[in-house]
Amino acid sequence: MSETTSVLKPGEKAPDFTLQSGLDDTITLSELKGNPVILAFYPADWSPVCGDQIVLYNEILSEFKAHNATLLGVSVDGAWCHAAYVTNSNLNFPLLADFEPKGKVAREYGVYRDQDGLSERALFVIDSEGVIRWSFVSPMGTNPGADGILSALKALKTGGETK
Amino acid sequence: MSNEEMVARLSVSVGERDHVSGGSSAAVTLVEYGDYECSHCGEAYPIVKAIQSEMGDKLRFVFRNFPLAQAHIHAQDAAESAEIAGEEGKFWEMHDMLFEHQNALTEDDLIRYATEVGADPETFSEELRGHTRKERVREDFLSGVKSGVNGTPTFFINGVRFDSSWDKETLTAALNSAG
Repeated sequence: MSETTSVLKPGEKAPDFTLQSGLDDTITLSELKGNPVILAFYPADWSPVCGDQIVLYNEILSEFKAHNATLLGVSVDGAWCHAAYVTNSNLNFPLLADFEPKGKVAREYGVYRDQDGLSERALFVIDSEGVIRWSFVSPMGTNPGADGILSALKALKTGGETK
Repeated sequence: MSNEEMVARLSVSVGERDHVSGGSSAAVTLVEYGDYECSHCGEAYPIVKAIQSEMGDKLRFVFRNFPLAQAHIHAQDAAESAEIAGEEGKFWEMHDMLFEHQNALTEDDLIRYATEVGADPETFSEELRGHTRKERVREDFLSGVKSGVNGTPTFFINGVRFDSSWDKETLTAALNSAG
């Protein structure tokens, strides 16, 4: 199994970005400082529902919110594709279009796959200061679930900052 | 591709609150996290049934709710309905009824099934409309999330997530070797 070696690690600053979210909006990571952010890179919209990572996360938003965390999905799909997927699957969190230049943000986080032009299935939990506290890359075909994210968010609270 | 760190385990062990079918002293426990409106769970249903009848008392089967309610509009009500019927001792009857009628899960359908399995229709409708078992279903769901459930159906054999195919031969072999 080829491994991406350049994935950003805990302790590194999360690279800032502004990406299109929906047809008329953008989201800038640094504007979310003050609360944790979950970045979920995934290969593509429109996976079958029952085992789909994005659909699963959509069901768990209230648990993420209990940690004041914002969930952002990121793929190389364009904004129109995201919009159709959001409507079809009744998604209640933003999907960002890492579309032009293609995969720029995924590359900066070390999770772009040159071999197929998709991003890895990669998770980052970023703390309120904009520092990565947890990252995980799942095999492409494996939905990583949400237990890792929830543990990381919990650790932010308990083991995290002493400031 | 076995990686010890990747082994997902049940975060909430099988206990009093669970719906259990089969021998209480069985050597093997199969836990399913499922969604009554999920077609894959519908396909798994007769497989589990067949395995249960083959293994008899050697197998204990537990069903926990994992409704993908934003994607499947009837899944939450269906899950609650089995729990409500369960209060009258009709959980498994309702569970079977739901999987056997996956494509007809409106409120009227649920009330009809509940009546057919012998639950009191009036109490049942009231509880369904009042969502009295909503929390219970959510507890199941969250215990699944914490245990690494990443889709439906997800099975656990003796507390360890079963990541292989759940076709009858593979699942049977795994259960037999776990016992």
